[in-house]
Amino acid sequence: MNNLELRKHANDVRKGIVTAVHSAKAGHPGGSLSAADVYTYLYFEEMNIDPKNPDMEDRDRFVLSKGHTAPGLYSTLANRGFFPVEDLKTLRKLGSYLQGHPSIHIPGVDMSSGSLGQGISAAVGMALGAKMNNKSFRVYTLLGDGEIQEGQVWEAAMFAGHRKLDNLCVIVDNNNLQIDGPIDQVCSPYPIDKKFEAFNFHVINVDAHDFDALRAAFKEARETKGMPTCLVIHSVKGKGVSFMENQAGWHGKAPNDEEYAVAMVDLDRIAAELEKEGEA
Amino acid sequence: MAEIKKIATRESYGNALKELGAEFPELVVLDADLAEATKTGIFKKAYPDRHIDCGIAECNMMGIAAGLSLVGKIPFVSSFAMFAAGRAFEQVRNSIGYPHLNVKIGATHAGITVGEDGASHQCNEDIALMRTIPGMVVMCPADDIEAKAAVRAALEHEGPVYIRFGRSAVPVINDNPDYKFEIGKGTVLREGTDVTLVATGICVDSALGAAEKLAAEGISAEVINICTIKPLDEDLIVKSAKKTGKVVTVEEHSVIGGLGSAVCDCLCAKLPVPVKKIGMQDVFGESGSAAALVQKYGLDAEGVYKSVKEFL
Repeated sequence: MNNLELRKHANDVRKGIVTAVHSAKAGHPGGSLSAADVYTYLYFEEMNIDPKNPDMEDRDRFVLSKGHTAPGLYSTLANRGFFPVEDLKTLRKLGSYLQGHPSIHIPGVDMSSGSLGQGISAAVGMALGAKMNNKSFRVYTLLGDGEIQEGQVWEAAMFAGHRKLDNLCVIVDNNNLQIDGPIDQVCSPYPIDKKFEAFNFHVINVDAHDFDALRAAFKEARETKGMPTCLVIHSVKGKGVSFMENQAGWHGKAPNDEEYAVAMVDLDRIAAELEKEGEA
Repeated sequence: MAEIKKIATRESYGNALKELGAEFPELVVLDADLAEATKTGIFKKAYPDRHIDCGIAECNMMGIAAGLSLVGKIPFVSSFAMFAAGRAFEQVRNSIGYPHLNVKIGATHAGITVGEDGASHQCNEDIALMRTIPGMVVMCPADDIEAKAAVRAALEHEGPVYIRFGRSAVPVINDNPDYKFEIGKGTVLREGTDVTLVATGICVDSALGAAEKLAAEGISAEVINICTIKPLDEDLIVKSAKKTGKVVTVEEHSVIGGLGSAVCDCLCAKLPVPVKKIGMQDVFGESGSAAALVQKYGLDAEGVYKSVKEFL
C-alpha cells in the first residue's frame, strides 16, 4: 500500500477516534490521535491478520499496552473491516461490546488491557510462546511514554532482552505528554532509547507521522535477529486536530459538539488535501 | 502403631506437575527464582525447556503466563502466596481474571506455617483476595493426595485457578481407595450431630483431632473438608448445618475474607445459624516453628477443641 493510501486510512482512523469519543462523551483522544499513523501502518501494512478470521492461529499479535487509547485501536479495527465503523458510536455505552478499555472479546483484540504496564508482559508471553512452539508470527505492543514509568514495563523488558525475543516489537509512543503534564516534568523516563538499549533491545527512533520512516523501521525490526526491537516513535499528541495538538488537557477529555465540528472540519480539510494530492 | 505418613503439599505440587508433564505437552511452569522452595524444580529437572524462570518479578510473570495461555500453552505460575496473590494481585485480576484466561496459579508457603521467615512472608490474605475475582476457582488442599488431585483437576478445568499449598509436612488423611476429587465438592470426613466443623487445608487434620477430643466428652462433631473454597459446596454445608444447627470454620488464614467468610456468606442467605470462625484473628503472624505457631494461634487440634467448647 502506498503512503497516500496509508495517509487516507489514517485520516479515516482519526475521524473514527474523534467521532467515537465525542459520542461517548468520554475517552482518550490525545494518545489515540498521536498513534493513529502507527495503528494504521500496523493493521493496513505490517501485520499478518485477517479481518474475516480474527482468531487465525498464526496471525501476528498486537497488545495495546496503553489501553486507554482504545478509540485508536477500535477505529483502526473498524476501518480495517473487523466490525462496522458505525459501531464506533457505541463506545463506552452500556451494552456495547466496545468497552472503555480493550477487551479480549472484541473482534481483533488479542488481549484485554488498560491497567498500565501489563500489556507488554502479555506480549512478551505471546512472543515466548511463539518461540517455544516454533511459530513464526510476530508480536507487537504499543506503550505510552508515560506508561513506561510503571516498573512492570522494565521487568518485561529485562525478560524479553534476556530471552532474545526477536519476534517482539515494542513501540513507545513518545508524545511527551501525560495527564499531569510533560513527562519530563512529572517524572522523566528520558532517555527512552538508551534505557531500552541497556535492556538489550535494538532501538530505532522514528518520526511517528512519516510512513516512509515507519516502513523502514518495521522492516529493520523484522530483520533484527537475536534481540527484541523497540521503536521510539516521536509523535504529536492530538495529531490532526488543530486545537488538540500538544495539549495535555486533551489526554482524556471528549470534545463537545462545537469542538467536534471544528475537529471534523480539520480532518475533512486533510481528506480533501489528500484527494487533491492523489489527482495531481 | 504405624507411623503416619507426612508430606508438604508444595512437594505434592512439584510431583504432580512432573507427572502431568508427560501427559500434557502444552503444560509449562513459570517461577520467580523460587523453584527450589515451590518445588517446581522437580518439574524443571524433568522438563528443563518447559520451565521458565522469570527472575524476581512476579507481576511480569503473571503477564507472561497470560500471554503464553493465549498462544496455546497451559501455564502453572508459582511463587509464594504472598507474592502470587498479594504483590501481583492486580495483574492476576486484570491480566488473567478479567480476560478469563487458562492460567493456573500454584501458590506455596501460604499461611503461618511458613514459620521462621515471619509475618512478612506469612500470607493469611490470599484466599480473600483470590475469591473476589469473578470466575476464579480457589482451592486449598489438605494433604498430599488431595493436592495432587487438585493439580490435575485444575489442569483439566478451562479457566483461571488458584491453588494454595503449604511449606510444612502434613499428615496424609485422604488415603482411602474410594477417594474421588471434584472441583466444588466438599467431603464429610466424620459424621456428627452436635456441631459442624468446616475446615480447609492443614486445618482439616486439626478439625479431625478436635472431633476426636470432643467425642471423648460425648460431643458429636461432623467434620467437612472443603478443598474448593470457590465455588463453595453450599449444599453440603447447608445440609450439615440443618442437622447440627451450629457451624465452626477452621482455616490457616485470616478470619476476614477466607473460608469462614465464604461459609457465612452462604449460611446467612440460606440457613442462618450461629457460626464461629477459627483462624488468624485479624493479626499478623511472627517468627517461630510451624508447630509452635499453629499452637500459639489455636489452629492445632487442641486449640480447635478449646474454641469449639467455648462456642458450645
